[in-house]
Amino acid sequence: MAIISVRDLRKSYKSKGKKRGGLIEAVKGIDLDVQKGEIFGFLGPNGAGKSTTLKMLSTLLAPDGGKATIAGFDLLAHPAGVRRRIGYVSQAGGADGSATGREDLMLQAQLFGLSNEKAKRRAEELIKALELDSFVDRFSRTYSGGQRRKLDIALGMVHQPEVLFLDEPTTGLDPVSRSQLWSQIRLLRSQGTTVFLTTHYMDEADVLCGRIAIIDKGRIVAEDSPAGLKRQISGDILSLTVNHVDNAVQVSQEALQGLEFVREMDADGSHLKLVVVHGGEAIPVVLRLLESRGVGVADITLSRPSLDDVFLRMTGHSLAKE
Amino acid sequence: MRFFKEFRLLFVRAVKGSLRNPVWLFLGLFQPALYLLLFAPLLQGLGKVPGFPTGGAYTVFTPGLLVMIALFGTAYAGFGLVDQIRSGLVERLLVTPASRLAILLGYVTRDVVVLLVQSCVIITIALPMGLSVSLPGLLVTFAMMMLTGTLMASCSYALALIVKREDTLASILNTVATPLLLLSGITLPLTLAPKIIRSIASVNPFAYEVSASRSLFLGNFADSAIPVGLAFLGGLAVLAFVWAARSFRKGTA
Repeated sequence: MAIISVRDLRKSYKSKGKKRGGLIEAVKGIDLDVQKGEIFGFLGPNGAGKSTTLKMLSTLLAPDGGKATIAGFDLLAHPAGVRRRIGYVSQAGGADGSATGREDLMLQAQLFGLSNEKAKRRAEELIKALELDSFVDRFSRTYSGGQRRKLDIALGMVHQPEVLFLDEPTTGLDPVSRSQLWSQIRLLRSQGTTVFLTTHYMDEADVLCGRIAIIDKGRIVAEDSPAGLKRQISGDILSLTVNHVDNAVQVSQEALQGLEFVREMDADGSHLKLVVVHGGEAIPVVLRLLESRGVGVADITLSRPSLDDVFLRMTGHSLAKE
Repeated sequence: MRFFKEFRLLFVRAVKGSLRNPVWLFLGLFQPALYLLLFAPLLQGLGKVPGFPTGGAYTVFTPGLLVMIALFGTAYAGFGLVDQIRSGLVERLLVTPASRLAILLGYVTRDVVVLLVQSCVIITIALPMGLSVSLPGLLVTFAMMMLTGTLMASCSYALALIVKREDTLASILNTVATPLLLLSGITLPLTLAPKIIRSIASVNPFAYEVSASRSLFLGNFADSAIPVGLAFLGGLAVLAFVWAARSFRKGTA
């Protein structure tokens, strides 16, 4: 039994600005199943519908259509039941700047029905687990980005939710804070919490998530483990930079198109990206061919497909360039 | 029971938040005092003008000032909420199982309590300057102010949840509150106004509140403005509170 099950979830907004009165379909019918204990990632560019979906699943926004059950409760019929079992950390966070971290943790715990004593104990546990001790008794408006994020996540976990929704948890954080947060998210999973996060960072989705749904323009275009998604692009990625003279790129494209081991080709400026069956065998053939056509190669690299290659294949545009 | 616990937690949070903002605290107490000290002397000279209510400048102006802070002070409560929508605090509270009504009531009660504290400061300053007030009258005036505070704060929160921007909220509030202020007789008594202004003011609940407060200060409980004002403000406060509660239920997206 999936802990999150979503069917045909939809949401439109009335558009503001130039095309007034029109409808913007932010989420165009999403189906999802997330199993207990997974770290599930929602990968997509800004405006793809990630946050809108997350807000619907955390009861903040009423869907226009479709249905969902979360931790056994119907989202529309029993929002209160859902709220008791989920934690939600929005992009903005949610800590009260005028309170200390400890006060805020206590408030959150008590709002979930814990007694004063239990709330104190729970706050103490979280302060230890997330290493908040050095700053938790200061007002949170004085925190650094990383400290603030840790507190936000602690606030989302106070009631030991079965499902934790994290909206862009590491956006704007420095690399050290990011990797700390990643290990904390993994720790949560090891304690049985299901984590559903959104991100527009490919590396984050790749290293952190057991399964990823790629979302673009309100639709899920692919869904699998990171490795499974990459396997969909069978072969290796061969990246070439040719000397930018005359029509070198065009000449190379024409020359390489004929090769039977070239599955896909994409040109951008003086860069060429090929998906080839076997990289090691392809390199000498490609180099020889280009040399014979008088094209100089400035740089050549061979790599395994990345999630961005998958993204490019599925959506026709690259996430890395946005 | 659960509701009261949630309400208490959220009320205490809101009060602490206000107390920890020293600039706000200072201005909130200083501004009404400034009005009292700078404006009331202007009215001293008017005491002998025909049509000016009896009781002296402070007894005429202090009730008006109380209504003014009830109207304006709480009308800007929504600004704080916009900030908390932006910082994610409101969403965070809405995802907890806490009653939406307790969340709203926590905010509104804080605003009403702040208003009463400000009023007590004003009365304390005005008494040695020549204000005379009957205690039962003062208590009924405070009750009316609590209704006004609930009304204005609720409207302000409902609007904040709809527009979610300080600048839009400010222009809406100014557009609504300024004519209400001018047509209430707060600064100058409406008894001095031409007939046309007085007839427009007769549908302004705050005009009733101001003249009711003046009568109450003088101990004149027979003034019909008192029951009319209480009923008018009470009805509107309930409507506004329901509006704000619905806006909270709909959420912040």
